[in-house]
Amino acid sequence: MAMNNMSTNGGNMGDKNIRTIDFKTLFRNNIRNYSMFLILALIMLIFAPMVSWRNFGARNLTNIFFQYSYVLILAVGMVQCIIILGIDLSVGSVCAFVGALTAMIYNSGAGMPMTLAAALVIGVSIGAFQGFWIAYMKIPAFIVTLAGMMLFRGLTYIVTNINPISLKDNGYSYLATGTVDEVLKLGPIVDTGSFRLYPASLVMGVALVALYIISEVIARNKKIANGFEVSSTLIFIGKLATISALVLVLAERFAEYRGLPIVVLVVGTTVFVFHFILNNTVLGRYIYAVGGNSRSAKLSGINSELITFIVFCFMGMLAGLAAVISTGYMNTALPQAGLNFELDAIAACYIGGVSAGGGIGTVVGVIVGGLVMSAINNGMSLMNLGQHYQYVVKAMVVLLAVFYDVYTRRKAGLG
Amino acid sequence: MDEYILEIKNLTKEFPGVRALDNVDLRVKRGEIHSICGENGAGKSTLMSVISGVYPKGSYEGQVFFKGHETAYHSVKDSEKEGLAIIHQELALSPYLSIYENIFLGHMQTKFGIINWDRYIKESNKYLKIVGLNEPPETIVSKLGVGKQQLVEIARALSKKADILILDEPTSSLNDDESEKLLDLILEFKKQGITSVMISHKLNEVLKVADTVTVLRDGKSVASYDVKADKLTESRIIKDMVGRDLTHRFPDRKSQPGDTVMEVKNWTVYHPDFHKIKVVDDVSFFLRKGEILAFCGPMGAGRTELMMSIFGRSYGSRSEGEVLINGKKPDLGSCRAAMNAGLGYISEDRKSLGLILIQDIKTNISNASLGKISRFGIVEGHQEMLVAEKYRKDLNIRSPSVHQMTRNLSGGNQQKVVVSRSLMADPDIFIVDEPTRGIDVGAKSEIYSILNDMAAQGKSIIMVSSELPEALGMADRIYVMNEGKIKGVLTHEEATQEKIMHLALVN
Repeated sequence: MAMNNMSTNGGNMGDKNIRTIDFKTLFRNNIRNYSMFLILALIMLIFAPMVSWRNFGARNLTNIFFQYSYVLILAVGMVQCIIILGIDLSVGSVCAFVGALTAMIYNSGAGMPMTLAAALVIGVSIGAFQGFWIAYMKIPAFIVTLAGMMLFRGLTYIVTNINPISLKDNGYSYLATGTVDEVLKLGPIVDTGSFRLYPASLVMGVALVALYIISEVIARNKKIANGFEVSSTLIFIGKLATISALVLVLAERFAEYRGLPIVVLVVGTTVFVFHFILNNTVLGRYIYAVGGNSRSAKLSGINSELITFIVFCFMGMLAGLAAVISTGYMNTALPQAGLNFELDAIAACYIGGVSAGGGIGTVVGVIVGGLVMSAINNGMSLMNLGQHYQYVVKAMVVLLAVFYDVYTRRKAGLG
Repeated sequence: MDEYILEIKNLTKEFPGVRALDNVDLRVKRGEIHSICGENGAGKSTLMSVISGVYPKGSYEGQVFFKGHETAYHSVKDSEKEGLAIIHQELALSPYLSIYENIFLGHMQTKFGIINWDRYIKESNKYLKIVGLNEPPETIVSKLGVGKQQLVEIARALSKKADILILDEPTSSLNDDESEKLLDLILEFKKQGITSVMISHKLNEVLKVADTVTVLRDGKSVASYDVKADKLTESRIIKDMVGRDLTHRFPDRKSQPGDTVMEVKNWTVYHPDFHKIKVVDDVSFFLRKGEILAFCGPMGAGRTELMMSIFGRSYGSRSEGEVLINGKKPDLGSCRAAMNAGLGYISEDRKSLGLILIQDIKTNISNASLGKISRFGIVEGHQEMLVAEKYRKDLNIRSPSVHQMTRNLSGGNQQKVVVSRSLMADPDIFIVDEPTRGIDVGAKSEIYSILNDMAAQGKSIIMVSSELPEALGMADRIYVMNEGKIKGVLTHEEATQEKIMHLALVN
C-alpha cells in the first residue's frame, strides 16, 4: 500500500524541527468540522439583506439566545444519546413536567437556587428511571422514551389540572431572560444616549479570549516538545485570531443591548462541561466506545450498561435545566409546554454532524446545528413568515444537512 | 475464440492518498483455475472490484478485456450479465430467506410481477446437486453453517450462468474438511469448462488446484507462474509476496514453563439460547508460566466458546466448574473483573468484536487501559499519544500516524492494533483467538514473534488456532477439542498434524 504521502512535510514557515501538517491535509481533515460554521454564517448573510441586517443587530442576537437556549441545552444531552445509538423522545414532556413542578416549588416560597436544584434532581431521577429500562432491562430507547413522552405529558396534565401555573414574581425568569449587568446593577460604561455599552460581557469576552489563547499556546508547545504534528504557525495564529474575533464581536453585541444574558453563561458552562467530559475524560471515551461498537467495548472491559445509564441521567438533568429556562422564558408553566422540543433537539444533532450509525458526534457540532436552526427560525420571523413556513424550511435544512454529511463522509472514506 | 477469457492491461486505480493498483497486468486462460496471491493490502480485492464493475469504468486507468472485448461496466449487474460472478469473502446472503430464494434473488423472471416460486424451488434442486449441498431448498440460510452457506453462494453464481467464477478467500472460514470439498468442486467446474479465479492466503490449497498463479505486491503484479511447468513451491510464492525470504516462519524459542498459573476444572458452558445444550462439556486444562498452549479442533468444537465463557462470561447462558488463577478463585463475572484477575482476550472476529472501526488507532489501543493514562478520570492526551506511538513503532503498524482510522487499515495492521490494546492492558494470561486469521504471511510472522516475546517475559498464552502448522510451530502443548470436549493433549515434541486430526475426529 502506498503510504506516508499524505501527512507530513517537514516544517514550512521556518519552523525548525517542528512537524507540521500541511494546509491541504488539515483542510481535508477538518472540512466537515468547519463547514457547519460556514453554513451558519452563510444563512445569516442570506437573511441579512432581506431583513435590512436586523438579524445581526445587538437586540436580535441577544433575543436569539433568550429564545432558543433550551434547544442548545437539550441538544447537548441528545447528542450523547444518539452517540450511544439511543434517542430521547421524552424531553419535551419532561420539560413541561419539570416546569410545572418547579413553578409550584417556586410559588411555595423556595428561592431560585432551591428551585433550580430541585429541577436538576427531578430531571436526573427521570433520566435514571428511563435509563434503567434502557440499560438494564434492554428495552430500546425509542420505546422507553416514547412511553416517557406520553407518561410525563399525562403527569403534567394531572399536576397542573390542565391550567397554566403563573409564577408569583419575576425571580424565576431571571435565569432565562435576565442579564448579568442587570442582576449586578452595573451601569453602562459608555453612554451617549443612543449608544450604550454594558461591561459584563466585554470583561467576560476578553477574559475568555485570554484564557483560550494561553491554553492553546501551552497545548501546542507541549505537542511540539513531544514531537507530535502541529499546524503551521501561520495557520495556528489565523485560527486563534478568527475565534478570538468572533468571541469579541459577540461580546460587543451583547454589551450594546442589555449586557451579558445569564442564559448565555448557563449554555456556555453546559457546553464547556460536556465538551470536556466527552473529549477529555475516561467517561467520555467510554461513551464514544460504546457507541462505536458496543460489543468490542464490552470485551475491552467497559461496562456499557452503566455508560448507557449515565448518559440518560445526563439527558434527564439537562432536560430539567432546559425546563427551568423555557418556563422562565414563558414566565408561566403551561401544561402543553415543550411541544416538539425533542424534535428540535434531534434536528440540531443531525444538522450538527452526528452520525445515525452511532459513535460520532460532538458537542460543539450540535451547538452549531442548534444555532443554524435558530438562525433560520429567527430570520424567517423577522421576515414575518409564520410558523408553517418555518417548518417547511427547517425540514429541507435537516434533509440537506444530513445529505451533505453523508456525502462528505463518503468522500472522506468514512463509510 | 481467444486463449484468454480475461485480460488486464496496465490497470491503475487510485484512492485519495493511496495507489491501490499500479500498472497491473493479468491474463486468465479460458477454463483454467487462476490463483491470485498477495499480502493483505496488496490490492487483490481492489482488483476484483474493478473486474466485476464495483468500481465503474472511468474510475480507473488501464484496460480490462473480457471474452475479447474491452469492458465498460457501470455496476456489478453489467458484469453479471456477461457471465462474470464474484463470491466475496464476507458472504452476501440474506440470512432470513430460504436457500432457493437466495439462489434466485435479483435475477428471477416474473410474469406480471409475480414469481413462480415452485419453478424456482425445482430449479434450485438442480444447482444444489451440482454443488453437493444436501439440504431442502426451503431451509432458511441462517440455519446453515458457514461452509454450506458458501455452497449456496456458489449455487447462486452458477444459476446466473457464469462463465467465470471469482472467489475471494473461499476457504477462509471453512474447516479442513469443508475446504477440501470446496476445492474439489472448483476442480469439477474446471472439467465443465468454467474458469475460476481464486484469491487465497492458503498456499497449499493454491498449489493443489491452481493452474496459474499471479502474485501481487504493493499494488503491482510481480510475477505469474505456470504451476506445473515452473514447479512452483510455497516458498517461491512467499518470497514474491513479501519481497524477501521468510526462512523462519516460526521464530525459534526456548521455553521453560514454570509453575501452573491457571487451572480450569470441569468447566461446562450452556448455549445462550438453548439452555440445555452443552457447548463446552466438562473441560479441564492447566496453563503454566511462560507457556504457549494451543487449542485445536474443527470449527464448532467449542474452543472460542470456552475461552469467551472464561473471559468475563462473555458467552453462554450459564457455566459450571472452577477457574483457578494462581491457586485462587477470582471473580470473573465481567470482562473488567477478568482483566483485573490478569486475563486478556483477543477475539477471532476483529471487525465486529475487536476494533471500533470508526475510531483511530490511538483510541483503539488505549480504550481498555484508560486508567493507566488518566488522573481523576481525565485522560492525559499527550501520554496517550506517546503510548500509541510506541506501540505503532514496536509492532510495526503501517500507517502514516496513530490518527488513522482503523477501518482504513489492512487486516494485518488491524490485528496489530488489537494486539497493542491487549499489550497495553498488560495481562499475565493472554488468550488469543485465531490471532493470524486472514492476515498476510509477513504480519503473521510478526505476530508470532510478539507472542514468543511475551512468553519469554513470563506471560502465559492460550492460542486458539485452526491452522495446524501454526499450532505445531508455536505451542508447548496442544489441546485437541471437538464437540465441546477435550479429546486429548499433545506435547510439542509428539504432536503432528496427523495425530491432531486423529484425536479430534476418530475417538
